[in-house]
Amino acid sequence: MQGYILRSKNKITLISGVLIVIAFISHFIFGNAAIFNRSLIGASIIGVAPIAIQSYQALKVKVVSIDLLVTIAVIGALIIRNYEESAIVTFLFLFGAWLEARTLNSTRSAIRELTDMAPEVAEKFNEEGKFVEVDIDEVDVGDTLLVKTGAKVPVDGVVLVGEGHINEASITGEAVPVSKKEGSEVFAGTIVENGTIQIQAKRVGEDTTFGRIIELVEEAQDSKSEAERFIDRFSKWYTPVVLVLAIVVYLFSRNSELAITILVLGCPGALVIGVPVSNVSGIGNGARNGILLKGSEVINDFSRVDTMIFDKTGTLTIGNPEVSATKIYGEKTEEALRFLASVENESDHPLAKAILSALPEVQFSKINHTDVVKGGGIIAEVEGHRVAVGNVALMEQENVSLNKEAIQSVKELEENGNSLVLTSIDGELKIVMGIRDQVHPGVKEELKKLKKLGVKNLIILSGDNQGTVDVVARELGLTEAHGHMLPEDKSAYLEERQNKGEVVAFIGDGVNDSPSLAKADIGIAMGSGTDVAIETSDVVLMNSDFKNLTHALGLTKATARNMVQNIIIAIGVVAVLIISVFFSDWMNMSIGMLVHEGSILVVILNGMRLLNYQLKNNK
Amino acid sequence: MMKKATVQLEPLSCPSCLQKIENATKSLKGVDSDSIKVLFNASKVKLTFDEQVISIEEIEKAIQSLGYEVEKSSVRAM
Repeated sequence: MQGYILRSKNKITLISGVLIVIAFISHFIFGNAAIFNRSLIGASIIGVAPIAIQSYQALKVKVVSIDLLVTIAVIGALIIRNYEESAIVTFLFLFGAWLEARTLNSTRSAIRELTDMAPEVAEKFNEEGKFVEVDIDEVDVGDTLLVKTGAKVPVDGVVLVGEGHINEASITGEAVPVSKKEGSEVFAGTIVENGTIQIQAKRVGEDTTFGRIIELVEEAQDSKSEAERFIDRFSKWYTPVVLVLAIVVYLFSRNSELAITILVLGCPGALVIGVPVSNVSGIGNGARNGILLKGSEVINDFSRVDTMIFDKTGTLTIGNPEVSATKIYGEKTEEALRFLASVENESDHPLAKAILSALPEVQFSKINHTDVVKGGGIIAEVEGHRVAVGNVALMEQENVSLNKEAIQSVKELEENGNSLVLTSIDGELKIVMGIRDQVHPGVKEELKKLKKLGVKNLIILSGDNQGTVDVVARELGLTEAHGHMLPEDKSAYLEERQNKGEVVAFIGDGVNDSPSLAKADIGIAMGSGTDVAIETSDVVLMNSDFKNLTHALGLTKATARNMVQNIIIAIGVVAVLIISVFFSDWMNMSIGMLVHEGSILVVILNGMRLLNYQLKNNK
Repeated sequence: MMKKATVQLEPLSCPSCLQKIENATKSLKGVDSDSIKVLFNASKVKLTFDEQVISIEEIEKAIQSLGYEVEKSSVRAM
């Protein structure tokens, strides 16, 4: 019975609304007081039923809910024969709840779009040697699955057989399909655009990259800031206090009308719902644009950022460096080039690829022993020679003397923004190479927008030489640039800025800069949905499009403002209601309920604006 | 053995629901009361419980008796 009444809440709302209309028609048109009163009593009793049940259920678990306040108020109004008030208050309360549920659903729509992308079924290889469709929960690690054209990859796994093109937009934000063949990694939630593949499941369900993204966003939309926790504690006591206050007012004034009006006004609705609504809309907008914000605390901090530190030139440049100049010294140059190629062939340093592609193809020599010098380069033993490949500091460490000519070209190359790779063989300088990268198109404009949004310092910290960093900084209009920095230098520098009282955001790719990402007020991982990035950072930008960074900052600022607006609206409304109940004569229960429900709708609608937020002049 | 449960509810629309659900599940024997997380926007309850003391069906029943529909729940080993 209880369940039936609660499930029919919408019908009850409608019936009570119709009864109220009938009552007023009979009153104003036919002047029939009997029908007027009976309809209103009917509307009140039907309407209060679900509210009373809810308040009883809450009381059972020791919660004084607003339903209880409304129930007492309505019963009180019926006792003092104010049927008009009792009917209208119940109707408004029910109708308001219905409207709130509807509008709340649309604030959550953006995040639901994301969670709906989760795969639900898989074609699993069974004992009989056939592929059959099963529920996603029945897939375990190690299972062999078939994915056909147009289907979603159900789990994270590795391609066993077949090849195809996969759209990985749900993970990387890149819409261009990626080619996959035997041995390639595939991710849950991505879509096979053409081809058929068989995969082996490596991670399933919540452990997949996509599953973690969903979990992160879901937890983020419900995370609470300090202010919200305060509001929650406040509202926990607020409702019982209002109940006591109403009783006290009644005992002293014997004015039951006033007492029940206080009960209705005491609902803290807009205050409790205002901030979560802004939060969910803001995070939803981000999720739709490939920006994962980890909760409302992050939104607050990010919106107040005044220093942004970029962890490497690679974030701002195309990341496809090319050798721009090669200088050769001394004799046996062919041997030197061959040794260099052999050493670089074994390295996974980003510059190694650039160097290799600039060298003539050779037979690689065998490398006997290599030492990686952190922040310097590599020292290797090749065919009995000691080969050092790295920057100027490494050469000094190796006691390699640079002649005048070499010093001159090193200086010139550095000034033109080249990274330097020097090669010495048995302590003698053989090769100097300059390697350059280009800045991303459009980055400059985005940086300008960041400044306009209130970021005072744009700083680059890089392991590259000062010349390279300076060139990038000059081209882009950065405020500061520091080269020759090791990961620990970066995190020390970051701390220095924080000690000056600045709110610092650190932008990296999440690969080797986790300490800085964690230490920064806001750690932003850009361009990858890797596990590490998701764990350590506060904000994840799914793809490396620089526009997302500006959008993220603008969005958090708008969201933070929206929260403040909602708090002001909620407190303002309560203040006006309470003042007018004591000092004016136009306030009654119905108006109180109308204003109360109205204010809840206003804060929800205000929050919803964030779903459509776009940075001006962007896109 | 302790298990982790995620219970998907019908969309929640009033913040006081959270308090009700939290109090109701807290009072259940076998549910780790520190683990209870009620997510308003996701309309989910996450908690860990001791399978030998209480079943997921009993937890669902406790929530349903408050008047909230349970859509789906999943239980995982910890």
